[in-house]
Parts: sequence; structure tokens; C-alpha cells
Amino acid sequence: MVPPLLQVRGVTRRFAGLVAVNAIDLDVAEGELVSVIGPNGAGKSTLFNLISGLDRPNVGTVHFAGQDVTGLRPERLAALGLARTFQHGRVFGNLSVIDNVLVGAHVRLRCVRPAVPLLGPLIELGLAAWRPAAVRAEEQSLRADAEAILALFGDRLLPRRDQPAYSLSYANRRRLEIARALALHPRLLLMDEPTAGMNESETAEMQVLIGRLKASGQTLLLIEHKLEMVMRLSDRVLAMDDGQRIAEGLPGRVRNDPAVIEAYLGHHALGSAEPVA
Amino acid sequence: MMINQLAFGPWLDYTVNGLIIGNIYALLAVGLALIFGVANLINFAHGSVYTVGAYLGWASITYLHTPLPVTLVIVITGSALLGVAIERVGLRALHGSSRIAPLLATIGISLVLDQLVQLFCSPDPRALASQLPDLRIQIGRGTIGTLDLLIAGVGLVSATGLYGFLRYTKLGWAVRATAQDQDAARQMGVDTDRVNVTVFAIASALGGVSGLLVGMYYNSIDPNMSFDATLKGVVAMMIGGLGNVPGALGGGLLLGLTESYGIALFGSSYRNLFAFALLILILVAAPNGLFGRRRDLPPEPMTGTFIARSRPLRLPRALVAGVVLAAALLPLLPAPYLLQTLTTALLSALLALSLTLVAGTVGQISLGHAALLAIGGYASGLLALDCGLPFVWSVPLAGVITALLGTLLVFPALRMQGHYVSIATLGIGEIVTLVILNWTGLTQGAMGLTGIPAPAIGGIELTSVRSVYWLVLVLVVAIALLQTRLLSGHLGRTWRAIREDEVAARSYGVAANRYKALAFGFGAFGAGVGGAITAHLYSYIDYRTFDTTLSILALTMVILGGLGNVAGAVLGSVLLVSLPELFRAAAEYRMLAYGLVLLVLIRYRPQGLLGTV
Ligand SMILES: Nc1ncnc2c1ncn2[C@@H]1O[C@H](COP(=O)(O)OP(=O)(O)OP(=O)(O)O)[C@@H](O)[C@H]1O
Ligand SMILES: [Mg+2]
Repeated sequence: MVPPLLQVRGVTRRFAGLVAVNAIDLDVAEGELVSVIGPNGAGKSTLFNLISGLDRPNVGTVHFAGQDVTGLRPERLAALGLARTFQHGRVFGNLSVIDNVLVGAHVRLRCVRPAVPLLGPLIELGLAAWRPAAVRAEEQSLRADAEAILALFGDRLLPRRDQPAYSLSYANRRRLEIARALALHPRLLLMDEPTAGMNESETAEMQVLIGRLKASGQTLLLIEHKLEMVMRLSDRVLAMDDGQRIAEGLPGRVRNDPAVIEAYLGHHALGSAEPVA
Repeated sequence: MMINQLAFGPWLDYTVNGLIIGNIYALLAVGLALIFGVANLINFAHGSVYTVGAYLGWASITYLHTPLPVTLVIVITGSALLGVAIERVGLRALHGSSRIAPLLATIGISLVLDQLVQLFCSPDPRALASQLPDLRIQIGRGTIGTLDLLIAGVGLVSATGLYGFLRYTKLGWAVRATAQDQDAARQMGVDTDRVNVTVFAIASALGGVSGLLVGMYYNSIDPNMSFDATLKGVVAMMIGGLGNVPGALGGGLLLGLTESYGIALFGSSYRNLFAFALLILILVAAPNGLFGRRRDLPPEPMTGTFIARSRPLRLPRALVAGVVLAAALLPLLPAPYLLQTLTTALLSALLALSLTLVAGTVGQISLGHAALLAIGGYASGLLALDCGLPFVWSVPLAGVITALLGTLLVFPALRMQGHYVSIATLGIGEIVTLVILNWTGLTQGAMGLTGIPAPAIGGIELTSVRSVYWLVLVLVVAIALLQTRLLSGHLGRTWRAIREDEVAARSYGVAANRYKALAFGFGAFGAGVGGAITAHLYSYIDYRTFDTTLSILALTMVILGGLGNVAGAVLGSVLLVSLPELFRAAAEYRMLAYGLVLLVLIRYRPQGLLGTV
């Protein structure tokens, strides 16, 4: 049997006086869309940080693409094909929209970043100054690809490709986050609340986009508060509260799980909580 | 055993001396820590407040013949008011501007204050006699004087007073709340503006008093004591942990003792070397200080962008080509003075180009950049003098040496962020200067290098003003073009991404250290070449030729032109070097003008003349 693309085992992260993530197990298979839900402060974003290498677990392991990646630096994880978006949006404000996306494609640069030990950086500097045909061609194709990615968002981003990212609206910045992540051509894409702060029609638009990504075979791990959308899109759902897993399984099952209902009712913290059937 | 017994007396003296000086450092560091706590800012003007405090005391004793208690009250009040003014006038307006603005503003304030003190009180040292009877108490074989006791007393009273204030008063509670989380404190109804003013007042009062005490201790004050005070205060604070008030106390004492014992063992020219070596050690091994709690995650993204938002002016190619052509044809005019001035300006442009890349494009605010000039100058000078290498070889080789050595030296700073980078580069720059001063075998120490041969190409000496100008112009244009080319490719966006958000950049596979090192190496090469040519032109350099003032001046040039802006760096250098020269302004007015330019820019045109890139 092929091991799942992402395999999280017993991951725990303690902060001073609180266990933000407590012994969480999680599998994501190739082509799957798994969602993580839970009230505010449940530990979802912390879990993402542990998976994407921004933080190290106190206990537990993370395997990605058959390799133990626990505590690996984020740049190494990106090179292995893991991309993420940030809950509060971390686009590069002073970079143009297209440059933001191109930074997302950084790990795909091959010609200009030859894997030569020791002298690699110097060769990279030389190639960046000299720009032989191969380097130019690579840049061209990345640019074309970046534009294709921007085009996924209709005319939200593409006409603004040369504007600095700080001039974008909030929703457009969230879209740019996703575009930048897609430019990595990730094997696994982690999205932290892609629709936070979006209105209904924008959310619907995002839902269509995520659905299309999934249909194209993209493996996704999604944090989302909008349950309606989670239930529509997900293959499986992990519900967390106070760092712990309170339910896991098929969307319908998790939704009707008493522990989940209890967690949400108890917290009153669900963004646009639909009445739980 | 014999030796130990013989040495016991002096050791006690060294210990007392270390504790007393440490006490002063602690007073400075506590102020810096308080300010960092509430304002998230390293106050580079702190040392200037200390100097002003010393001069206030001197003036009141000299002109008003005040007794000690009154002198103390005057110094405390005056310094506190200065602190309030710094916060109200200099810093408050910068809320919500780019992240580096307040730090740069304190550098500008410090320049202005130091120059004002120089203008009003002359740059020469003044005697500041202790107002206490000169009694010394014999303890074993060592002694303790009345002034020692006063300093210890001031330290104790300040520490207990501060503890009581922070612990038991409402305002003190507000200060602690703000230090913990500014936004949360504001939401809970804390008037953070008031907290800021209070903290600046307290910190500045402590700083001013320590200036007075130090002046009395050495019976001498001078306007140049600011820089050293800021540095020592910062080092002491870093030992205790950035923003950690009790830690700063411990850090101050530890620094004082380390220095004192270091001097006892190696001699006083090593004093600062110990302080800075300790600083770098702490930054690398225990960035949260010796007494700080380990912080878990990299800090959250600070609000606002690193540099001012702007759309850089797009200079038409024809215009740039025209300016370069005009510059190339300029020597045809009979204006040797102008050419000489422009040559100096273009040489500093080499430093500015380097700094605009490192500080502007990659966002690593280096405060010790002039050290690269020193490395380049000494490398080329020594290659020429000791190995007889001709100019055309020694200069590029010096560039390479600077690139390698500079990158190696800055390596510990590569993984640091924000303020840590500035402090580390400042410390590294000082270390370079001190090593040059103390490594007499290689560098002739304080004597400097003399008789560095004039520039010569193919055996022909470039003696005319004209030929030297052309040489430097060609170099500046070449490096500027190369830098522009690099910025337009993948390196440009990668560097800028690191500046904007290092965490996000790393999450997309950007190995931040590698790209910072690349930028630093490339920049160091250009700066090293600049330093090398300067050395050959001057024919004499010493450890003070390229000092921190030059680093700060370069920063001003870079900000004037627009951070990261290549043409801006050249423009900024030309303007800041040649304008005062053409107006034949006296040196002290020049520095004052630089300080004011820096302040006005940060406040009203943070994107500089041509815009940040
Ligand atoms: N760096 C940190 N230091 C201390 N505590 C932290 C840190 N990061 C997160 N926490 C705490 O860990 C808990 C989980 O936070 P996390 O951000 O993972 O929640 P979340 O499920 O993403 O919530 P939300 O839906 O609001 O985004 C919270 O109580 C939070 O305060
Ligand atoms: Mg979250």
C-alpha cells in the first residue's frame, strides 16, 4: 500500500501553560481534500505551522512524501513540494502582483540555481548577471505560468499584475496568497481560512475555485470556519477543540457528532455558523 | 600563591571599578530596556541624552554654582524633559509609518543633539569635578571613594524606585501592560501615549544622571561620549535580554566587570573589544539574553511594511544615459575643485550602492557598513605596501577580500531579524575598527598605514584630478549597472521578498541566509573597492578614517535617494557630499545638517527623492 502523502503522528505543541496541539494524528492521501475545523483557538493554525516547518512539535512526527520531515526548515519543506497560505495574509506588500507569484515559484527555478555545492550561490549570482538563453527561457516560462495562475481568478488579479500588492483589496490579497502558493506547483497545498473576511459571493467564488483545484487532482488540507463549504468540498474532516481531536471522518458524520456540536455551541465562536442540523 | 596575594589589592579595585562602571551601564541599559519594552524601539539617541545630562550638570555647577543635590535635580528634570521632547516631537508622529522609521529617527535625533552640544559647548573636553569630598575608605588593600558610593547609591535608589513604580503604581502597571501587548493594553483603556512619554522621561532621567556621574568619575566630559554610551547601554541590555528591565541591571554589572577584568589582563585599548565580543557572543548564543525566557516562535509579522510604500520614479533611459554622458564630459571644464568634490561623492556612492542593496533591498539595516571600506582600504594598502602588488591588482583583490571577510564577519547576523541585525552590524563594525587598532603587527595599529602608492594603471600614475575622477566614475557606473541588472532578475524579487516578510519567503523555499549572504558579498565587494581606491588616493589611512559617522552618513544618503534605489544611492551621495562642500559649510554644521535631513526625510518623505524600490 502506498503511504499517504502526509502523515502526522502524535504531534503535540505546548506553549507556556497551554497545550495548543495535543497528540494529533492526521493522514492526507494523494488527491484528497481534508478539512480541519474547530472553534477559535482550537490549535488549527498551530498544527499548520508544525506541518509546514515554521514551528517544531514537542512530541510526534510528521512524514511528507515518504520522508520524515519533523522539524525540517520551511524552505526545505517547500522544496519538497509543500505550499501554504497564511490566515492573516502575508503577501509581499511592496512587490508587484506578478512578482509575488514568481516568488511562489522560487523552488522551481532550476537553470539559475544549479545544485552545485559550495560554489552554488556564486554561480547563481553569475548566471543572474549574465543571463544565458536557458536562464531567460526559464524565466519566460515561469512568467507565462504565473499569468496562467493569475487567470484562474478571472479578472480579479490579472489586470493588476504590475501593481504593488499593498494596493490590492483585502479579498484580492487573499487570492494572491493562493496564487503564490499554486505557483510552487505543490504536491500538498495547505490553506488557512482562505475565505476569512470575504463576503458571501466572494466565498462562493472561492468555493468554486477550490472545487476546481480538487477536481484537477490537487491534494489539499484546508482550515475553514464556513461549515457549509467544508461539507461540500471535503473528503474527510478533522474537528479539533482545545488542541485535541474531537471527531474525524466523513463530513456528514463529523457535522452531526455531538462533541462537535457541543464545541461550537459552547464557544459561540463560529464565523458564519450555519444552524447545525 | 604569592602572586595571588600580591595582586589581591588591585583585583579588589578592579572589581569595585567594574561594579561602578557597570552600575552606569545598568542605568543606561535599564532606560533602553524600558523604551524597548513599550515602544519596540532601540533608542539610538539614548547616549546623546546622557551627554546632554552631563553638560547640563557641568553648566549648572559652572554657572549657577549649584550644590550636588540641586545639580542632580536639574539634570534629572532637564533630561526627563528632553526625553519627553524626543518622544513627542521626534517619534510620536511616526506611528503607523514603516517599521524602520523610528529607529532611523533616533539616529537622526542623536546626530542633531550631539552636534548642538558641540556647537554650544565646544568639541573640546571639559573638566567636571566631583562635588563630593575626596575621601577613600580602605578595604583590605583596595579603596572605595565617596563618588563610588554615590554612584552605587544612585543605582540602588533608581532600581528600587523603578521596581516600586512598575509594581505598585497604576501608571507602572500600564507600562507593564503596554510592554506585554500594546494593542491589548490600548483596548483595555490604557493611554499608551502617556505610557510612552512617561517611559521616555524616566529612561532619559536615568540616562542624564549616568552622564553626570560618569563625567564626575573621570573628571572629564566631551560631546563624543554619546556613541560609546549608546553602545555600552545596548550591549548591557542585550546581555540581559532585549526589553528585559531586571536583566538590563544584571547585564550592566556583568559588562562592567568583564571590561574591568579585561583591562586588568590585557590593557585598556582592549576595553571595547571585550564589550563587543561579548555582544556578538550573546547575540549568537543567547539572543534572548542571559536572563531572558526562551521565545518559541519567530515574532509575528509586524504591522506595516518594512520600508515606506512608494512607486519609484521611473527614470527614462535617455535621461540616465544623458546624465552619465554629462558626468563623463565634465572634466573638460576647467573646474578642478568641482571634480575633486564629485570624486569624493562618487567614492561614497560606492558605499551607498552597497548599503542600499543590503539595507534597502534586503532590509538588513547595517549600521557598521563603513567597516567594509576599512577592510578594503587596509587590504589594498597592505597588498601594495607589503607585497608590492600594483594598483590594478591590489584593488580588485581587496574587493574580493572584503567580500569574503565581510560576509564571514556578518555571518552571525544573517539569521537575525530586525533590531538584532542593526545592533550586530554596529558591533561587528566596531570590532573591525578595534582589531585594526590592536593588531599592530599587521596594521601598524594607531600609527595607520603611510605611503600607500597613488593609483597607477599600466605603470602610469593617475596624478591628475581628471583621471582619478574618470576612474571612479567608470567604477560607479559599472557597479550601478550590474546592481540594476541583478535587481531586475530573480534575485531582485527574492531579496525584496526577504525584506517584506522573511517567514513567508522561507515558506516558499527561499533560503534567506543564502540570499542575504549573496547581497552582502556583492555589496561588500563594491564597498571594498571603494575603500581601496580611497586608501590609494589619500596615501594614508588609519583606524579612524572609516568610522561609524561614515556608516550613518551612508545610511542618510541611501534614505535620501530612496531605500533600495540604485540611482537614488548615487544621487543621495552626490547631494550630501557636494552640497555642503560647495557651500563650504564648517564640519560641525555639516553633521547637524545631515541629522536634520535625516529627520525631515523620515517624517515627510520616507520614500526619499526617487522612491523606494
Ligand atoms: N506563539 C504562541 N505562543 C503562545 N501561545 C500561542 C502561540 N501561538 C498560538 N498560541 C495559542 O495556541 C492556541 C491555538 O492557537 P491557533 O492559532 O492554533 O488557533 P486556531 O485554531 O488557528 O484559531 P483561529 O480559528 O482563531 O485561527 C491559542 O490559545 C493561542 O493563543
Ligand atoms: Mg488560525
